[in-house]
Amino acid sequence: MERAETSPIAGLRARGGAIDGGSAAVVLLLIGAAIFLLVGCLRSTAFAQYTVQGLALGSVYGALALALVLIYRATHVINFAQGELAMLTTYIAWWLMEKGLSYWAAFAATLVIAFVLGTLLEVTLIRPVQHSVIAVVIVTVGLFILIDGIVNWVWGGDFKFMQSPFGNASFDVGGVAIRHQDVGMVIVVFASVVLVWALFRFTKLGLGMRAAALRPAAAALVGVRVDSMLAIGWGLAAVLGAVAGLMAEPSQIFLSPTLMQPILVYAFAAAVLGGLESPAGALVGGLLIGVSLTLIVGYVPQKYIGAELQLPLAFAVLLLILLVKPSGLFGRREVRRV
Amino acid sequence: MKKQIPALVSLLVVAAVLCVLPFVLSDYNVSLAAQVGIFFVAVLGLNILTGYTGQISIGHGAFMAIGGYTTAVMSRDHHTNLVVTMLMAFAICFVVGLIVGLPALRFSGVYLALVTFALAVSIPNIPNQYSTFLGGVGGVTSSEEVSNLWIYVAAWSCSALLFLVAWLILRGRVGRAFRAIRDSEIAAVASGVELPVYKTLAFGISAAYAGVAGSLFVLATNGFAQPSEFGVFLSLQLLIGAAIAGLGSLWGVLAGAAFVGLLPQVSTSVPVIGAEHGRDVIFGAAVILVMLLLPDGFAGLVARLRRLARA
Repeated sequence: MERAETSPIAGLRARGGAIDGGSAAVVLLLIGAAIFLLVGCLRSTAFAQYTVQGLALGSVYGALALALVLIYRATHVINFAQGELAMLTTYIAWWLMEKGLSYWAAFAATLVIAFVLGTLLEVTLIRPVQHSVIAVVIVTVGLFILIDGIVNWVWGGDFKFMQSPFGNASFDVGGVAIRHQDVGMVIVVFASVVLVWALFRFTKLGLGMRAAALRPAAAALVGVRVDSMLAIGWGLAAVLGAVAGLMAEPSQIFLSPTLMQPILVYAFAAAVLGGLESPAGALVGGLLIGVSLTLIVGYVPQKYIGAELQLPLAFAVLLLILLVKPSGLFGRREVRRV
Repeated sequence: MKKQIPALVSLLVVAAVLCVLPFVLSDYNVSLAAQVGIFFVAVLGLNILTGYTGQISIGHGAFMAIGGYTTAVMSRDHHTNLVVTMLMAFAICFVVGLIVGLPALRFSGVYLALVTFALAVSIPNIPNQYSTFLGGVGGVTSSEEVSNLWIYVAAWSCSALLFLVAWLILRGRVGRAFRAIRDSEIAAVASGVELPVYKTLAFGISAAYAGVAGSLFVLATNGFAQPSEFGVFLSLQLLIGAAIAGLGSLWGVLAGAAFVGLLPQVSTSVPVIGAEHGRDVIFGAAVILVMLLLPDGFAGLVARLRRLARA
């Protein structure tokens, strides 16, 4: 830690990796969960199907959770508008497709628009109030309501249909039907996560962004433009959110203004579960939540835990985990000084 | 004592205006003014927790739901006097608030915000699961209906009473402990503030206030408690109200309550944008604008004006 103080950039280079440590108990827990899933998948095809579905959903939660974590690491603020922003960009993609673009062309254009939008929001709305945490939180809450209103106003609240990029066919792996769509979702999400990780890990821009997030003052002293880095961070988070929105759409079958609200809630849970400081934790948290929810819905009879209690139950479990490990599975305990 | 006089005068002015209002306003406007009174109670309570003790809660809509359902269920099943149900809402929410405050001892800052957010999201689902007792999606209807004037008087009497209680709590030892926790938890512990006691107490008090507001809220909608009324939007409204109110000013709380109580109602009738979306577009934009202009809320504005007047 002392070295990091004297030379922030060198310290950051040394830390580099995505997983910031984590106790042996957590690793054991995850290995246990993996073995449980593997054995279950081998013994029952229904279990395998639930697991694959859960992983696909979980990757979407993970992507949005990662967007939250990116912003949290940089500014110590939760962006409540992240989900609605993702919903807005999904509508933009739908609109571009209506105008005649192919799916992947619209996908690419949407990511660019999301980046510009995220950056603009940071510069115009967040930066003026960034000295006060509560003001930033309230501005993002206002954005949540505003975006919801605008989308309803411009495109209406009725359901929209988007073509599925992966078709409706499925692979047959030893009697287990795995939908192309689920595999496609996981691949797209992981590809974008790996790209973002590579950007942070291997480029000078990424190094600057990490420096700006961890030690803004020191980073500014060695010539990093902290303000621009924060704006780019918001842009990247919006891009990840757009990916999450576009990948979430097929799983919900249709597009509506409330598309991302439940997903945002689970993404919050995923980010907190993984520890808000840890990008890898957000992803693992998303997958854990996705898989356990589909398994619970699949196996526990409606009469005990109906669809109504799914959300409260997820949060009760989250609360228990947090009571044991208040900084999440991968979070580090902060040392607080007066 | 001399310092207190301007504060006392402004208090009397507010009280006088509130007494006159029902005689000059139409019935619909009285109901709007009652709405402001209801939010005044809730925002005042949340201000004790967020403003004075520094704990962010995005879940106070849940306490309003508990208070509201207490009133509706007691009135439906036992024909309890409505004022008594408000006292019960106060007591029940105080206890629930203490219990919710317990995990708050382990979390702080953003984690606490997310845990309370979870509460806001979860609570509206409970009536749907236990529909025989809590009425499911259809809701619970209390056995009595009250007039808009009744709500107005009840809401502002509660406001006055609870404002007095808040003032008494905050001016003394307890208030000092709250502020010490807000400024630095570690420094507060080092100076002998018992963190568990005061943190849970702050939660309990603010939850009890929200409970009373919830009970009034249900009575204001013809005694009808419904899960969809207590959604996340309500919790967000309360937090926005507390942020816009700012810290330590009666005028601030009034402005915050009026903002979140009136604007969503009034902005439903905007031309061009259309009814339902108008609320979200105008309210959302107004929230962002106010925060950009007054990051410290209306209390900050009042303080600035006061400094100007003195200079």
